[in-house]
Amino acid sequence: MSDPHDRQFLEITRRQVLEAGTIVAVSGMLPVAAQAQASSSQLAPENGVTVQVRFQINGQPSVLEIDARASLLDMLRERLGLVGAKKGCDHGQCGACTVHIDGRRVASCLTLAAKIDGRDVTTIEGVGSADTLHPMQQAFIDHDALQCGYCTPGQIMAAIACVKEGHASTPEEIREYMSGNICRCGAYVGIVAAIEQAAPQIERG
Amino acid sequence: MRSLSYIRAKTVREATEAFAAAGEGACYISGGTTLYDLMKLGVERPHHLIDIASLEGADRIDTGGDVLFFGAGALMADVAEDEVVRRDYPVLAESLSKAASQQLRNMATVGGNLLQRTRCPYFRNGTIGAYPCNKREPGSGCAAIGGLDRTQAVLGVSDACTAVSPGDWPVALTAMDARIQLQGPTGERTIPIAEFYLLPGKTPHFEFAIMPGEIVTGISVPKTEAGRRSTYLKVRDRESYAFALASAAVALAMDGDHVRRAHIALGGVATRPWRAREAESLLNGRAIDAEIALAAGRAAFADARAGKHNAFKIELGARTLADAIMTAGRKMQ
Ligand SMILES: Cc1cc2nc3c(=O)[nH]c(=O)nc-3n(C[C@H](O)[C@H](O)[C@H](O)COP(=O)(O)OP(=O)(O)OC[C@H]3O[C@@H](n4cnc5c(N)ncnc54)[C@H](O)[C@@H]3O)c2cc1C
Ligand code: FES
Ligand code: FES
Repeated sequence: MSDPHDRQFLEITRRQVLEAGTIVAVSGMLPVAAQAQASSSQLAPENGVTVQVRFQINGQPSVLEIDARASLLDMLRERLGLVGAKKGCDHGQCGACTVHIDGRRVASCLTLAAKIDGRDVTTIEGVGSADTLHPMQQAFIDHDALQCGYCTPGQIMAAIACVKEGHASTPEEIREYMSGNICRCGAYVGIVAAIEQAAPQIERG
Repeated sequence: MRSLSYIRAKTVREATEAFAAAGEGACYISGGTTLYDLMKLGVERPHHLIDIASLEGADRIDTGGDVLFFGAGALMADVAEDEVVRRDYPVLAESLSKAASQQLRNMATVGGNLLQRTRCPYFRNGTIGAYPCNKREPGSGCAAIGGLDRTQAVLGVSDACTAVSPGDWPVALTAMDARIQLQGPTGERTIPIAEFYLLPGKTPHFEFAIMPGEIVTGISVPKTEAGRRSTYLKVRDRESYAFALASAAVALAMDGDHVRRAHIALGGVATRPWRAREAESLLNGRAIDAEIALAAGRAAFADARAGKHNAFKIELGARTLADAIMTAGRKMQ
């Protein structure tokens, strides 16, 4: 893992607020005019108060001074260079940003980065290695459980947790407990098969 | 998003004091799954966040006493998985396990859940601000009335607002006569959940009977045998991970094959968690069959008022309730 302290500070992206219309619409979408107007909206300058967070990232201790408004997802991607977790919607609706905090899966886009002080964060970069893949990573390859791969880091992090929680005993249960991860390419059949294959090799937590 | 300060409180007292000291723009945050989402959309604009997710003992779940007790800081996932709750009060467990996703249930608290805001697309359109919304900007009007209103409420609506109360857990708690514990600068109080949620009327921006600075500390549910014969049925646009188009929480206390006392509340169709008293009285004293179940469903929607695109919710809601009554009725005590 790269040293976070060598990383240049990057401002929190404003894209997040402009992406109100996203992959999954929970309810009806509004007319396009509204989306277009978003780009001219009046946003306060991002010169916010900072807070210091001390945490473990993939087993390594880390300390960062962050903007109090930052999301864990932006902090991972923009400050730590850990770009495995993806930004699909930035509103908790797609699961592409799934990481583990103290062993439990969460949506890092809706996790205030300030909240991770004293916590233990694991991202896809902390799972397996190029030489020894995690059984879940291998199973995704074996079952072609992806096409474009954008949702895959989130799917794998969610899948590992799904098994550890004990929610992977039947295909129906896997589908229900993986429903927080949307795959635009529709690789669901492969994903369920991959989880069924990997489950017996992963210890329940 | 506006500039923001953040502190993490350890005790309720510390939190209420920090809230008072912070002045305007102070806001509590628990899981943040509603609040932070709405901050990104420019709907909520706090200046000072006081994190109450890790208050000492706030995540306590106690099912051993006279009542079921859930600390406000308990996670949705943990209450949903509690063995006693699952076995003796399936309506409560199911209302949580059918809500959101496991990721979000690992973040969101059962206290914060009570105060989640509506998913009305016009309300959530904050930064853009092209649409009026009386909840977001009191007095500006309601774009949902006469607009895209497929997901709007048909019960408890007013000429100022038709936004649906989105939560599932509050619906189950309403059926089960839960009480909400609050603690604020001036002391503690406990109120029935029926008094916690306000109808929109002319003031849809007032949604909850909570005072500035008050913290929800816990939720208690009276124990009842009706819990075992209970269910939460949720109908959505997709099978999982979506808000309710219509939902029903039903719990039945039975004398033989007759209903002694029915507990019924509806979600997805109303501006607040909706207690369906008419449906309850229709069932009380009767044996359950498909006909009476549907009659109860229809009775619950007798006063429904549809907009342009949501009339289907009246039929869907009645049949959802009828199905839930049949499911609960089939359960063994
Ligand atoms: C994609 C998505 C899908 C969802 N699907 C569903 C669903 O199907 N069903 C469902 O029911 N919910 C659903 N939710 C909503 C979710 O359940 C709520 O956002 C969550 O329960 C809120 O809890 P929280 O702890 O995160 O609250 P926060 O976001 O931290 O707080 C919410 C509000 O309550 C206040 N607050 C929080 N805790 C307290 C307290 N103890 N005392 C006083 N005030 C407090 C905060 O100031 C804020 O105003 C979904 C959310 C998302 C993002
Ligand atoms: S980016 Fe979609 S859930 Fe976080
Ligand atoms: S593989 Fe393309 S989104 Fe899932």
